[in-house]
Amino acid sequence: MNDMSQETTVTADGRKIGGVVMEMKNITLRFGGVVAIRDISFDIREGEIRAIIGPNGAGKSSMLNVISGFYHPQEGEVWYKGERRPPMKPYQVAQQGIARTFQNIALFEGMSVLDNVMTGRIRQMKAGLFAQALWKGTAEREEVANREAVEKIIDFLEIQHIRKTPVSRLPYGLKKRVELARALAAEPSILLLDEPMAGMNVEEKEDMSRFILDVNDEFGTTIALIEHDMGVVMDLSDRVVVMDYGKKIGDGTPEEVRSNQAVIDAYLGVAHD
Amino acid sequence: MAQPSQPTEGMDSIPALLQRNATRFANSPAYREKEYGIWQSWTWAEAEKEIEALALGLINLGVNEGDFVAVIGRNRPYFYWSMVAAQSVGAIPVPLYQDAAAPEMAYVMEHCGARFAIVQDQEQVDKLIEVQEELHQLEHIIYVDPRGLRKYDHHKLHRFIDIQEQGRAAYYEWIEDLKARREKLNYDSICVMLYTSGTTGKPKGVVLSNRNIIEASKSSSEFDKLTKDEEVLAYLPMAWVGDFIFSIGQAYWCGFCVNCPESPETMQTDLREIGPTYFFAPPRVFETQLTSVMIRMEDASRFKKWLFHHFMAHARRVGPAILDGKQVSGMDRLRYALGNIFVYGPLKDTLGLGRVRVGYTAGEAIGPEIFDFYRSLGINLKQLYGQTEASVFITLQPDGEVRSDTVGVPAPGVEIRISETGEVFYRSPGTFEYYYKNPDSTASTKDAEGWVATGDAGFFEEGSGHLRIIDRAKDVGKMADGRLFAPKYVENKLKFYPNILEAVVFGNGRDKCTAFINIDLTAVGNWAERNNIGYASYQELAGHPQVLETIRTHVEEVNRSLADDPMLSHCQVHRFLVLHKELDADDGEMTRTRKVRRNVISEKFDDLLTALYDGSEEVFTTTEVTYEDGRKGAISATLKIVEARVTMETVTKVAAE
Repeated sequence: MNDMSQETTVTADGRKIGGVVMEMKNITLRFGGVVAIRDISFDIREGEIRAIIGPNGAGKSSMLNVISGFYHPQEGEVWYKGERRPPMKPYQVAQQGIARTFQNIALFEGMSVLDNVMTGRIRQMKAGLFAQALWKGTAEREEVANREAVEKIIDFLEIQHIRKTPVSRLPYGLKKRVELARALAAEPSILLLDEPMAGMNVEEKEDMSRFILDVNDEFGTTIALIEHDMGVVMDLSDRVVVMDYGKKIGDGTPEEVRSNQAVIDAYLGVAHD
Repeated sequence: MAQPSQPTEGMDSIPALLQRNATRFANSPAYREKEYGIWQSWTWAEAEKEIEALALGLINLGVNEGDFVAVIGRNRPYFYWSMVAAQSVGAIPVPLYQDAAAPEMAYVMEHCGARFAIVQDQEQVDKLIEVQEELHQLEHIIYVDPRGLRKYDHHKLHRFIDIQEQGRAAYYEWIEDLKARREKLNYDSICVMLYTSGTTGKPKGVVLSNRNIIEASKSSSEFDKLTKDEEVLAYLPMAWVGDFIFSIGQAYWCGFCVNCPESPETMQTDLREIGPTYFFAPPRVFETQLTSVMIRMEDASRFKKWLFHHFMAHARRVGPAILDGKQVSGMDRLRYALGNIFVYGPLKDTLGLGRVRVGYTAGEAIGPEIFDFYRSLGINLKQLYGQTEASVFITLQPDGEVRSDTVGVPAPGVEIRISETGEVFYRSPGTFEYYYKNPDSTASTKDAEGWVATGDAGFFEEGSGHLRIIDRAKDVGKMADGRLFAPKYVENKLKFYPNILEAVVFGNGRDKCTAFINIDLTAVGNWAERNNIGYASYQELAGHPQVLETIRTHVEEVNRSLADDPMLSHCQVHRFLVLHKELDADDGEMTRTRKVRRNVISEKFDDLLTALYDGSEEVFTTTEVTYEDGRKGAISATLKIVEARVTMETVTKVAAE
């Protein structure tokens, strides 16, 4: 499963997993003298749920930031859809169809849930500022179409009851869900989730897991996620990359990773909750 | 009944009414549902087409006449269509509570032997698959929401719209069969089977004929002068007889529109948007609304608070009289009109009750303060008394004779008598046919002349002729000294406090009464927030000393009011405890319609009950709980037992302290 095959495979539960859509080749990222990521390579295949795990400070979030274009690695190459990606600004990466959520929620607190999710549609809006202001013709049609798409996502994530609520008034678990909604609104081909379950209770975690699986299943979205909760990771993911001190120490299916001695030593044996 | 009632204008079944409405009200809305943030609507003509397509699809799938079709889902047009489509093909719809756990569902499915189930989503499909082993008859499951179900084996699993599509494709094959099957329906054919919630024992399948449903719907619609222009919001469980009567019986009889909320959580918003003219809710809904109004008023500015309290005081004084059309002075009317502009109107609008012409509450006793609050705003809230076996209606309150302590006069066509033991019996065109596969229960409930035992103790009030219900007949017991013990009466008094969600009073065969109490998390949680009291869980809040103290003052107030009642002064609560968990239907402590199951509770919490009577000050307990997904867990807690002062003056026997 770990080879670079371009062939489509079908998982035990009937999902199709396609060829490699993103590949990280020998990535090294330094901050001054600190090496956050050291020569890491792995790939993400179309339609899969790929997890990146590791103890605190292992470099997981840095890795996600490399994918999303926020950090630029000093060494190594990022390949996306068969092409080498030149250094890009995060918004350019977003325009390529990579959406993300943040570990520390980054929503517009004063705006309603609906408006927040609508901002995720920015990639689909073509009308100019002037047309938007007049709200005639294209602008109006666009808005209606976008609102429709957003409403489907609101329905999908079951947040109808807070549609008009300002985000600042929502509890943490729901904010996380709104952030997911906004990321989905962009209709991404790869969705990056930075600790989607951090700080959640069991019930919220179950809900979120359900949504992640449903998103993957319903829209075929490729998902890369960072998560601490081992149980969740093992249940959700198709393949797992394990990092420790900026190095990759394991890569494979949850079963393979679980039985990998290096991984057990570094992570599973110690920090399992 | 001596003379079985005959159908009006040949309208002898729900499908026949549908045909009539599809021509007579062709372009008026029949169903609305909010989806994707917009109210989608179907006219009667469109609804008829949808139902026809589904009915054809059902025949195509092999549904035979006399089959049972289980319908499991929240209020959505699709499930109302499913029920009528099932009827159209001669099958019998059996709506089930969608929040029932898998084993409960298995019992009912097995009992009725449903070959088909039309369900909402993956959750329900999973439950049915989980109990598949026990359900030998179940052949096909039809689901509405495809989410998460794509990977399932679809040999026996079908999508709702696919079944409709197949029905449309097979139109010419089956349309004649469908017509023939529809023709065969008459006043005596079975309209629906509804399972009673069962406060004791297993649920019973109540078989209701077209006669029962149509007669009950017709006479009650005439009683309240319902027209085709009513708007109702369908949000109560579809498995409950009330919803069947309001959203199908009366809606089809009158031709009015049924509105379905977007999701259970958005019910309040949707209520506002629709502004129903005819509204039905159990007391709990009114209580919750009132609590939230009061909580929000606490946060309002001082002037607004003053305005609110000033005009509400006036409304309480003259509002009900104005509503009943009684004599009220011109000055008072003027002030009421002013209040209407500043307070009552906007408030009613916020509550979504601005257009309500007729509102009903039933199922439980409603607190007089709550009842009067709504009446004083000018909302025509009334009470009715009924049960599944009667197709709802036994008594109703006529306009102008509404009171909080009675349930009204016999509904049109209903005869009532009170037995020597004080139990209420009735006989009506709505009286159920029989309990499915349970002739013993049928015989013990309904006698040869058609009189049905309600199991409730009550009496007719002198003068007004209104019926008053005291309690469930089997719950009414005797204290150790032989005096009357009526737990429900005391519990209701306790539950009228916003802080108390549930109460269970014990005392049958004992020398004094004690109680278990559940706090209301919304009300108490708000209070805690206001007073900077931190808590991490329900359990912690429930055990907080200040909470216990507040509850104690409530209990003592109830004791004082009981002391004035010569019949029940000895039912004062001497000791109580606040439970560490909410009583829940998933744990079998309540029915799905949220009525407490006394026997279950006293067995399950036997240790707590003992502690209430043996004089201990606290008790350690471990309780098994069932999570929503059916898994089990346990919670343990040390509960304090609180002594409440009883008011002695009128108590004949000195209470042991």
